[in-house]
Amino acid sequence: MEKEELIKQINEVLAEEFEVEVETITPEANIKETLQLDSLSLVDMVALIESTFSVKIKGQEVAAVKTFGSLYDFIYERLGK
Amino acid sequence: MGIYSCLGKNLDEVRDALYTAKSGIVLDPKRKEMGFRSGLTAYIEEPNLKGVLSRNQRVYMPEQAQYAYVATAEALRNAKIDQDYLDSHEVGLLYGNDSSADAVVRSVDTMREKKDTTLVGSGAIFKSMNSTVTMNLSCIFKLKGINLTVSGACASGSHAIGLGALLIRNGLQDMVVCGGAQEVNPFSIGSFDGISAFSIRENDPTKASRPFDRDRDGLVPGGGAATVIIESYESAVKRGAPILAEVLGYGFSSNGDHISVPNVDGPARSLSMAIKLSGISINDIGYINAHATSTHVGDQNEAKAIYQVFGDVRPEVTSTKGQTGHEMWMAGASEIIYSMLMMKNGFIAPNLNFENPDEDSAKLNIPSKRVEKKFDIFLSNSFGFGGTNSTLVVKNL
Repeated sequence: MEKEELIKQINEVLAEEFEVEVETITPEANIKETLQLDSLSLVDMVALIESTFSVKIKGQEVAAVKTFGSLYDFIYERLGK
Repeated sequence: MGIYSCLGKNLDEVRDALYTAKSGIVLDPKRKEMGFRSGLTAYIEEPNLKGVLSRNQRVYMPEQAQYAYVATAEALRNAKIDQDYLDSHEVGLLYGNDSSADAVVRSVDTMREKKDTTLVGSGAIFKSMNSTVTMNLSCIFKLKGINLTVSGACASGSHAIGLGALLIRNGLQDMVVCGGAQEVNPFSIGSFDGISAFSIRENDPTKASRPFDRDRDGLVPGGGAATVIIESYESAVKRGAPILAEVLGYGFSSNGDHISVPNVDGPARSLSMAIKLSGISINDIGYINAHATSTHVGDQNEAKAIYQVFGDVRPEVTSTKGQTGHEMWMAGASEIIYSMLMMKNGFIAPNLNFENPDEDSAKLNIPSKRVEKKFDIFLSNSFGFGGTNSTLVVKNL
């Protein structure tokens, strides 16, 4: 999967699950603020990424992934692209 | 008052369904595929709360909490209570609920299959607990008084109202949101089906729940949620609330006997206690809303208990479960609302499917057709597994 395609898919699943407009998801945007995540819904984001892309984000890794851009890179790298 | 039941999604719909003796019972083919002995159930459509509550509120709510939200929102509207009032007063919450099986089963399935607890999601723990209804409602409506789930089997909703009245009577709360909720998914009652408690009259679903009838063959499971707002008289008058009725008495008892088979003595003591505490005579009671679930022994022993207490004083006795099936954790609250709707509108809905009495029900005055009657005091029974009994007496105002 090309990275552009992957980014589109990540944006779509996140927008649908967390009920935000997909346009609000940009590489620079902060994930927690954009998706209105608290400590509980952050767990749902991790579970959603794991179940959709088979990519597990561990506890210490979640803290480092602050923007959507860093999330795209994290998933892309884990998928071995 | 507010309600979400198989008879309707609000008080008006439910009143009309009671008046016309509509049945809420269907045959669910999915249950037969799952190996159920009986596929009979009340039919409830899950409310669509998207756009009403946020994703981060809905994700913690199993179906019964959703029903309870709709019923409570209606009850608060009718009681003329807005968010400002809730924010500035210590309003309590006592709600009956005694299971949340669907979320438990789905979580366990995920853990077994994926071997990864993260994948059960953040909502699972909050959806799985018996206190799921009160934890959700208290956060959504920002309630600040007592916050407690009452798990008293099929008497849960009735105990919740009785205990709320006691808190108010003792000056510990001015207002308590009370009710009962019941999930309707197959997982929640598979084990109940497994002990052959359900009617198997599947060829005629609307005839299956037949409390007190000679040919009854078991209960039909139902569900939904019902909410009543109870408040001290002084508080209600002070804020100009529409006052509907007074909880006159709350009787309770435990059979101290078999886990599933009810007896006569326990229920009779519950009835007697409620009447005594109400300070009324049995002659003052215009209608008895029976617990009768359409099981052989349960209905028989309740009929004996009612006869033991009331003797030849014969107010109309009906079980609304002929229409709704057994709403279990919700039933004690919903049946207060069914009785209230009848009292406020001057009728008694027929005991649906009561065609032939047995030896014990013949001693009671059980109408099989609607009765147009004004009454001002009713008594409502709720009994549950483990021999828990609750009786409420309510007076029209």
